[in-house]
Amino acid sequence: MDNPAAMVEQNLLLLLALAPFAGALLLTTLPRQAEQRAALFSGLTMLASLGLLAGMAKSITSDNVLTVDIDWIPTLGLSLSLRVDGFVWLFATLVMIIGLLIVVYAGFYMKGKDRLPRFFGLLLTFTGAMQGILLSGNLIMLVVFWELTSLMSFLLIGFWHGSAAARDGARTALVLTASGGVCLLFAILLIGQVAGSYQLDAVLKAGPEIQAHPYYGIILALFLIGAFTKSAQVPFHFWLPGAMAAPTPVSAFLHSATMVKAGIFLLVRFFPVLGGTELWFFAVTGIGMLTMTVGAVVALFRHDLKGLLAYSTISHLGLITALAGIGSTGAITAAIFHICNHAVFKASLFMVAGIIDHETGTRDMRRLGGLFRVMPITGLLAIVASAAMAGVPLLNGFLSKELFLAETVAWHNGTWLDDSLPYIAVVASALSVAYSLRFVMSVFFGPLARDLPKSPQEPAAWMRRPVELLVLICVLVGVLPALTLGPSINAAARAVLGDDLPYYDIAIWHGVNAPLLLSLVAFGVGILLYSSMARGIAAGPEGPPLLHRLRGQKLYDQIMLRGTWIWPRRALSRLSTDSLQPQLRLVVLVAFIVALGSLWHNFHLAETLRQTAPSPGFALMWLIGGACAIGAAWQAKYHRFAALVMLGGAGVVTCLTFAWFSAPDLAVTQLLVEIITTTLLLLGLRWLPNRREEILRDTLMPARVRRARDLFIAVCSGMGITAIAYAIMTRPRIPNVGDWFLANAYHSGGGTNVVNVILVDFRAFDTFGEITVLAIVGLTVYALLRRFRPASESIDAPEQQSGNIANRLDDYLFVPSTIMIWMFPILIVVSAYFFFRGHDLPGGGFAAGVTMAIAFLLQYLATNVKWVEARLTVLPIHWMGIGLLIAAGTGIGSWIFGFPFMTAHARYVTLPLIGDVPFATALIFDLGVFALVVGATVLMLIAIAHQSLRAARMREQEEEASKDANKKKETPVWN
Amino acid sequence: MELILSGAVGVLAASGIWLILRPRSFQVIVGLCLLSYAVNLFIFSMGRLTPGAPPIMPKGGFVDPTLYADPVPQALVLTAIVISFATTALFLVVLIGLRGLTGTDHVNGKEKSEA
Repeated sequence: MDNPAAMVEQNLLLLLALAPFAGALLLTTLPRQAEQRAALFSGLTMLASLGLLAGMAKSITSDNVLTVDIDWIPTLGLSLSLRVDGFVWLFATLVMIIGLLIVVYAGFYMKGKDRLPRFFGLLLTFTGAMQGILLSGNLIMLVVFWELTSLMSFLLIGFWHGSAAARDGARTALVLTASGGVCLLFAILLIGQVAGSYQLDAVLKAGPEIQAHPYYGIILALFLIGAFTKSAQVPFHFWLPGAMAAPTPVSAFLHSATMVKAGIFLLVRFFPVLGGTELWFFAVTGIGMLTMTVGAVVALFRHDLKGLLAYSTISHLGLITALAGIGSTGAITAAIFHICNHAVFKASLFMVAGIIDHETGTRDMRRLGGLFRVMPITGLLAIVASAAMAGVPLLNGFLSKELFLAETVAWHNGTWLDDSLPYIAVVASALSVAYSLRFVMSVFFGPLARDLPKSPQEPAAWMRRPVELLVLICVLVGVLPALTLGPSINAAARAVLGDDLPYYDIAIWHGVNAPLLLSLVAFGVGILLYSSMARGIAAGPEGPPLLHRLRGQKLYDQIMLRGTWIWPRRALSRLSTDSLQPQLRLVVLVAFIVALGSLWHNFHLAETLRQTAPSPGFALMWLIGGACAIGAAWQAKYHRFAALVMLGGAGVVTCLTFAWFSAPDLAVTQLLVEIITTTLLLLGLRWLPNRREEILRDTLMPARVRRARDLFIAVCSGMGITAIAYAIMTRPRIPNVGDWFLANAYHSGGGTNVVNVILVDFRAFDTFGEITVLAIVGLTVYALLRRFRPASESIDAPEQQSGNIANRLDDYLFVPSTIMIWMFPILIVVSAYFFFRGHDLPGGGFAAGVTMAIAFLLQYLATNVKWVEARLTVLPIHWMGIGLLIAAGTGIGSWIFGFPFMTAHARYVTLPLIGDVPFATALIFDLGVFALVVGATVLMLIAIAHQSLRAARMREQEEEASKDANKKKETPVWN
Repeated sequence: MELILSGAVGVLAASGIWLILRPRSFQVIVGLCLLSYAVNLFIFSMGRLTPGAPPIMPKGGFVDPTLYADPVPQALVLTAIVISFATTALFLVVLIGLRGLTGTDHVNGKEKSEA
């Protein structure tokens, strides 16, 4: 297919698939109020799609299959492939025509409603998804579009999300169709595995292999669940009436040409692959006939106009499903024909129901009546469309129903279901006549309804135009089937069943034969049924007697309620707890038990212990460190300050240990972080409640038992950790990745401090992730503190800071604060020193950053927030952002030179006066680390420091609220 | 030395674990700090104890890796120190928020009736 014409058609196909999504994207950019333009744009999109389809018509009618294949993930068998044959073309055209009319109708029906661009955007996306199902040449792609229709229908049905009915209807539809979608996905995956390809063309040829495969039963079951949920077959039918809470144009679209027809499309499309077996016949035709009957019965007894139409839709879907189950040439042709006919008359009927609702304010058939007198044109349209639904001759519904009846009579496979088909068909047809009569009679005839919410009149002409056109199609197809739809239907049937199909002539008159007689019987029974039951139905409940209690919706609600609410809550209350302590205890215990279990019998010390000569100094150091740790644990409840000091003691000993065992970088960083942490916790102490007296029951027996148990857990865990640490530390050192880092740090990283080279060069990507985490934490702290109501402070501001004697503030800690202020430039120099020596000697971005943060912190400590921020503009968030940008930019920079992300480059440059300076791109990366650490640390500290300002401000505001409501507090400079 | 350090890690860990099982938020925060010391020292000690040989290389020439302390645990712990500072800060803020919202410093946000 390399000729230019084929190229053009392929491009048309691509455009066709993309057009609705492009239109939807355009609509999202419109302002909320642009209703006219929204309707116009979506109408134009549909028109353009129709134009594209018309451009393909010529080659489609000559039985060509247009395809576009773009490889996507070839190793997984995924490709973006589009495929149009006669069947798809007919279906897509139907979708677009109905879609266009719906848009026109909705433009008037939804006038003045809010969020219209959004509505039309959703509608277009839905159309695109539906069309995607039709056009997909790859099964995985088909499933994706299938899910997209479920999602979009959820949004469309729930468009008026203010109403509970809309929300419930949308949710039910989503849960059902999406679970069906999962089943379909599994079926498709199995089919793909069996057929060896996910390409539709290949799968369509693999029918015999799939049917012979042992998994055929499972595949069929999963596939049918997918198709039946979407096409609202019993027992999954109940989402469809619930979906009537959608705006009427949506119902008219979803339940005529799209959504529910997707399942039917799949059944017909996959008939050559999965169909033709007895299992298929019983499952598909059986469910179809059942659905057809149940739908028709319930439709007769519904009082809501849209409810009647919804169940009628279910019934007609059952009819088409039954035809797909039979699967003979005539049946498939009839199915395709009825897909079109049903879409046309049902869309027009939904629109009529919408008009009636719009003009009278109610859809309850018991309240309506005699409307023919006030809206004769609408009435006439409704009568013709209902007649088509009932199958009156000279209308399109009659033709496809005749084909259906003919198939039930003519086709045989010798099973009991086959024998009973004509009888079921007649019963359902009679019911369909009855409910069509009810629709017309109760709305348009009889005494004119009084007390309607609005006084009815003919609707705006443009709201009626789409209905008029659809009804015209009903009549045209009904009178001249062979001239109108005949060729397309035949092309579609050939596309499904094979090219060598004989031409099937659709005629209105076949002589007096069995189907015609069955039709007549159905009419007679239907009219009789309605005339005898009309009163009873109107007085009865919403639904058929006895059956209305047994509703799928209720069952579903119960299952959902139990499955997603009651049982999970019960399980949660039994298996879980809100309380933190039992959870932490469980974590510790599980870790302990797992460690114990895996080390049991395996734990042994090395044969020759690696021992470093013990030093009394070190032992003494840890005597103090251990005492500090235990003391902190002991005092943390009642003497927080003491505990904090001891915590610092343990930290300092830890820091010395790092220094002792050749980790100067760690020692420096630990010391600096220790300073910051202690300051932070000191700031936090202010908001903790006083705890001077013993807490009630603290000395009672249960509390003692609890503490003893926790102590036991803690001591056991501590001993376990000691044992593991000792066992590993005394093992001989084995060569590891660290040796490589040591050997190559200077050679390829350009630095002699290996730890720093690892951080900023070899493993720079890890460091990048880590500083990102730091930035996120900083922002979280900041955001949380802006939201939280400040806690009440446990202590008052010191006398020197309180407002009464503000003049004494100048002398407050005068000497220390002066020294601290003067420390600022010195600390900056220290920080720079740490930073620049980092690559070769202990130091680096982290240490330098924390030092810099301490420099800022000292200013805040020495004076007060207002003093600092009047003189110094600290913009921590900018620091963080710039830091991240520098770090990422350094990494990205290596792309420019053709290296992978984060490749570092190192060299020495000679600066005047200073001499050789190591210059590596890693240094720039380290600069990013530095800036980010400064930003994040300062942000957290200042955010907490500002808490006391906020608390004070809130106090003042509360006091002054009555006096001066307008007095605004100046916002801090730093945020 | 090994025995002393492993004992120290154990003491720090035990104190930390005991504290994180306590009901008051300040106790938990101190416990987390102690636990992070313990864990950092534990990870650090996985590189074995090597006094007086920091991983600072000569400029050029042959490098015998066995003469230096293992740099990998050090790099790991360096980032761990900074991150544990960040989590401590975050926890402190949650603690302050909890106190502001509920008026108590109990970790469950309410004074318990049992346990």
